[in-house]
Amino acid sequence: MSRVLDALRMIWEIGWLRGLVVGFVTLTVVMLIAAFTIWFERKWSGRMQNRPGPTERGYGGWLQIFADFFKLLQKENLTPTATDRRLFDFVPPIVVFVVLSSLAVVPYVPQGPAADASVGVLLALAISSLMVFPVWAAGWSSNNKWALLGAMRAVAQSISYEIPLVLSALVPVILAGSFRLTEIVGAQADWHWFAFWPPGPGLAAFVLFYLSSLAEANRIPFDIPEAESELVAGATTEYGGMKFGMFYLGEYVHTFVASSLAALLFFGGWEGPGPDGLHWMLAKALILTASVIHVRWTLVRYRSDQLLRLCWTYFVPAALVLVFAAGLWRILAGGLA
Amino acid sequence: MHDTWIAALVFFAVAALFAWGIMLAWALLRVRGRRADPARDATYECGEEPDGSAWIRFHPRYYVVALIFVLFDVETIFLLPWALNLDDFGLVALVEMCLFLGILLLGWLYALKKGALRWQ
Repeated sequence: MSRVLDALRMIWEIGWLRGLVVGFVTLTVVMLIAAFTIWFERKWSGRMQNRPGPTERGYGGWLQIFADFFKLLQKENLTPTATDRRLFDFVPPIVVFVVLSSLAVVPYVPQGPAADASVGVLLALAISSLMVFPVWAAGWSSNNKWALLGAMRAVAQSISYEIPLVLSALVPVILAGSFRLTEIVGAQADWHWFAFWPPGPGLAAFVLFYLSSLAEANRIPFDIPEAESELVAGATTEYGGMKFGMFYLGEYVHTFVASSLAALLFFGGWEGPGPDGLHWMLAKALILTASVIHVRWTLVRYRSDQLLRLCWTYFVPAALVLVFAAGLWRILAGGLA
Repeated sequence: MHDTWIAALVFFAVAALFAWGIMLAWALLRVRGRRADPARDATYECGEEPDGSAWIRFHPRYYVVALIFVLFDVETIFLLPWALNLDDFGLVALVEMCLFLGILLLGWLYALKKGALRWQ
């Protein structure tokens, strides 16, 4: 047993080994979580609409996602002749690459992530905001009107909501005095979760962060870029087979990453009653993911211009006010002590 | 220090392996050898014949949004180091940032009054 621990410690101390091992473990688990999120979404939305959802394969239909995955693996490669073929085929894996990469700095255990960067929050948000590029490239290279409209809306929405997203993430950063995610969680020890302490700005910042990350992930009520009843499938209209699968997988991984960040920034990450650890972090992230799905099947969607106006006239000023409130608290209260 | 970034780079490589690995698996397993079919390879337009290209000049309203974004994005970049160094500078930093943002908010108000976000 101690030999295993020694081996683990050795792996942890060598950078590239840590990246490799933590990378493989984290990404495998997160892919599985994304797969089960898809299953959960189908099951839960079914229940909400008084129908059973998937039932046939495995208990409660949980094998259905794997059946779908292997079905996608066998689909033919369809590239419409009018597209910009090279860009069209190049873009899909980038979506998954980008969302998975942002996990490099997201810690799930107290020991920290693969790379406990001093600019963790910033790097995670920066990497996941790179999603704009593959989405835009997909929409433009498709040479399809639905895809063009969807991509235009997606880009406008993503860049707009990036501002309140970053600003609301700045609130815990100010309160903790650090961009390092492990330190931000450390500052929330002893039930000083930033969502509840200091009362007010933290909770409001969480609401803004949550709504903005819904918009970033193009989820209802902010899913106008792919509004299937009017835009077919938005930027991904022309995509089929695993090329579509990449966008689909990317969306669910993105939801989980955003939920993980919210749990770390506002709900104390792995802190909790009893022993700290992975279980609390996962529980919080999964509850937030489930709430995103519940919201999706509860609300209707906004119009594109309403969406942008909501962001620029309410979210951005509100986020700025919250940043100042947090700053004032930090200066007057001298930190959280 | 270097260790962290090496770990991050290796992590990115693993992420790339996952993304392109699935694509490779697909390339090996997918159905092949279908005949070319102009109707199936046409652009999707709800069953109609595609009417012209989608590579067109587009309405500039999204461009206006992008301009406002650039304004606030740069402002956010200024806020980041400010947030980290609040302890050292105290209330002075808060007041100074208030002034800076006040000027920016004038531009923001101007854009709103000009109807930058009002689509007709």
